Amino acid sequence: MALMQIAEPGQAQAPHQHKLAAGIDLGTTNSLVASVRSGKAETLPDEQGRHLLPSVVQFGENGVVVGEAARVAAVTDPLNTIASAKRLIGRGVEDIKSLGNRLPYEFVQTETAVPRIRTVAGDVTPVEVSAEILKTLAQRAERTLGGDLAGVVITVPAYFDDAQRQATKDAAKLAGLKVLRLLNEPTAAAVAYGLDKGAEGVHAIYDLGGGTFDISILRLNKGVFEVMSTGGDSALGGDDFDQLVAEWIMTQAGIQDDADHMTLRRLMQDACSAKEGLTEADTVPLDIELPDGSRWQGSLDLERFNALIDPLIKKTLIACRRAMRDAGVENGEIKEVVMVGGATRVRRVRERVGDLFATEPLVDIDPDRVVAAGAAIQADILAGNKPDDEMLLLDVIPLSLGLETMGGLSEKIVARNTTIPVARAQEFTTFKDGQTAMAIHVVQGERELISDCRSLARFELRGIPPMVAGAARIRVTFAVDADGLLSVSAEEQSSGVQANIEVKPSYGLTDGEIETMLRDSIDHAQDDMDSRNLREQQVDADRVIEALEAALAADGDRLLNDEERRIVDAALAALREVARSEEISAIKEGISAIEKTCGFYVERRMNQSIHEAMAGHNVNEFE
Amino acid sequence: MLDFSKNYFELFGLPVGFIVDADSLSDRYRDLQRVIHPDRYANASEQERLLSLQGASRINEAFATLKDPIARATYLLTMHGIEMDAQKETTSDMAFLMEQMELREELEGVRNQDDPYEAVLDLRGRINRQIKTLVGQMAVQFENATPDQLEDAREILRKMRFLQKLRTEVESVAADLEDEL
Repeated sequence: MALMQIAEPGQAQAPHQHKLAAGIDLGTTNSLVASVRSGKAETLPDEQGRHLLPSVVQFGENGVVVGEAARVAAVTDPLNTIASAKRLIGRGVEDIKSLGNRLPYEFVQTETAVPRIRTVAGDVTPVEVSAEILKTLAQRAERTLGGDLAGVVITVPAYFDDAQRQATKDAAKLAGLKVLRLLNEPTAAAVAYGLDKGAEGVHAIYDLGGGTFDISILRLNKGVFEVMSTGGDSALGGDDFDQLVAEWIMTQAGIQDDADHMTLRRLMQDACSAKEGLTEADTVPLDIELPDGSRWQGSLDLERFNALIDPLIKKTLIACRRAMRDAGVENGEIKEVVMVGGATRVRRVRERVGDLFATEPLVDIDPDRVVAAGAAIQADILAGNKPDDEMLLLDVIPLSLGLETMGGLSEKIVARNTTIPVARAQEFTTFKDGQTAMAIHVVQGERELISDCRSLARFELRGIPPMVAGAARIRVTFAVDADGLLSVSAEEQSSGVQANIEVKPSYGLTDGEIETMLRDSIDHAQDDMDSRNLREQQVDADRVIEALEAALAADGDRLLNDEERRIVDAALAALREVARSEEISAIKEGISAIEKTCGFYVERRMNQSIHEAMAGHNVNEFE
Repeated sequence: MLDFSKNYFELFGLPVGFIVDADSLSDRYRDLQRVIHPDRYANASEQERLLSLQGASRINEAFATLKDPIARATYLLTMHGIEMDAQKETTSDMAFLMEQMELREELEGVRNQDDPYEAVLDLRGRINRQIKTLVGQMAVQFENATPDQLEDAREILRKMRFLQKLRTEVESVAADLEDEL
């Protein structure tokens, strides 16, 4: 691990090892990477000075091409060039069909629910496409910053469901990145704005990207960003404006629906240029190449354009009103509205959002870069570069989690807009004598019928001790972590037996599939999996050592007596020794051994910090 | 590590009772999350991360419970050994039930009003006032929390749940009407 020594002013502590961390905005149309350098969050350009990386990957005969070159290639090689993979990630083949049949790719018929696209370089999943984009950005960051990244924060739309989040995390794993956190895009934008301006009070973040829309209502208070509600549409964005414009041009120019892929791609790019032109001009000329090689000329004016996109803007405004209702705030309480995402450059969007919230929307920070900048700030903190920072982000789950009950209905376990992390337990019983297994179906969504919600996973509980019907009490705990990811555990209460859970993600890849992909991926072909695993173990061991050393430096003298200190020092020395070995299992054992011997110290530290946080608040003063 | 044997009031260092100072509650909530949230342990060991995840989940649950008067009353009754079956228990106060039926009929007929949106907002306002009255009555019951008072609290809670359910339905109609505006 390459480390840079940077003495930051105002940091009284011992010289701290500065860790390289980056924030990545993995967008539908464009992606960016940013990092905090000399105290400022900046997006990092490529060698040609371009900050935006088009989220397009070409899986061609001559290898994988990512970014601008792939975007250009999309016109001539549409079948092998995948754009907008974010619209596909974490979705099933059926979902994608319902998104419209305008995707020019060839989907492979598979038995799994994860879609695979046929290319000359082999079949690829959206997860692999995203992994290529992440790899390219991580390489850009490592080159610019001059070292390996200790970790990244990747942003996702607040409205992404569990499957979409999990798939994004899988893509990072494939790209070989350590994810410090999946951060919601509007929250990231708020971080960038909030820290810049020291704003307090209730704020709305309106985030209309290329393919996703999010609205979040947050309360800012002394460095804590508390998300009150969130809403949106994970399949609505600026690309849909382009689509409407393209359809309008097709009607005007007499282009048929079944025109070839190349014509359709070109048309989408012309439509996009027209939309962009209308952010400044009141009318734009159109000069379109028709399938037969001839040209059609015309123009599009602002009034027509506004009429075309108004229904889509209205959909976003409805989501805004719902989010305000969920947050329990009225229009007048919202201090400011922050605009995020390239599509908020559209004048009509700004007008209508301004009208709804009765305030002039904030557009000070480049709407394309603000999310990446916020993610970089969070990554810098999570990597441990700012131990004294007070900032804390409290996010919510965007869609309710439910279980399938008799009659195909969903019983809600965690309501939408519940602050995460959250854990909820539910008790189940057997309905047959001697029953040893039970199936649980978890869904996400607000509707009552299971068929109207999104299926997340099916769990099978096995190993329930045989008892008479109704005697077993199986407590199933659903936990959602700070990334918004669900995990499930189960225990039979009367016997204490842990039931085994087999997870079948409805739209995700299994761990085995990811492992296979890692093995097969071009990058790791020469790279032995074992040496990769060894490196990961060594990094883990280093992290444990560093964390413990930092803890000892901070409060070892205060919290440990001599005898305890000797135990911790000995454990630390033992792990340092084993961390340099080449044995994966030895390092693993070393880590779990130190966790056992030093567990008391870890708990004592946590207790101490809780105690300090509550100091001054004395219960007795009320009694 | 967070002491899981503590009740929610102890966690926040607040006196046990129905009346909770909202500002103190949110202040302490933020102070606690600042030290226990998983983001504070992004580089820590697996073990620490798990402890912090459990702790932060518990704090969130406690905050959500103490913040909401209905959840708070339910929790307080549980602390006094009274477990309510939300599905089965209903009030037998006939006057109250009659009034509920009237409110429900009013909701059903709201779309026939001249201004359905105004009508539904008015209905919501009246329901909120009723809940507020019950919240006031509830506070008294927990001052001494005698067995009789606890029974009264239970009855008030039954009514509150009734109104809460109705309010959810009213809000969903209001949302539909708003979307049509």
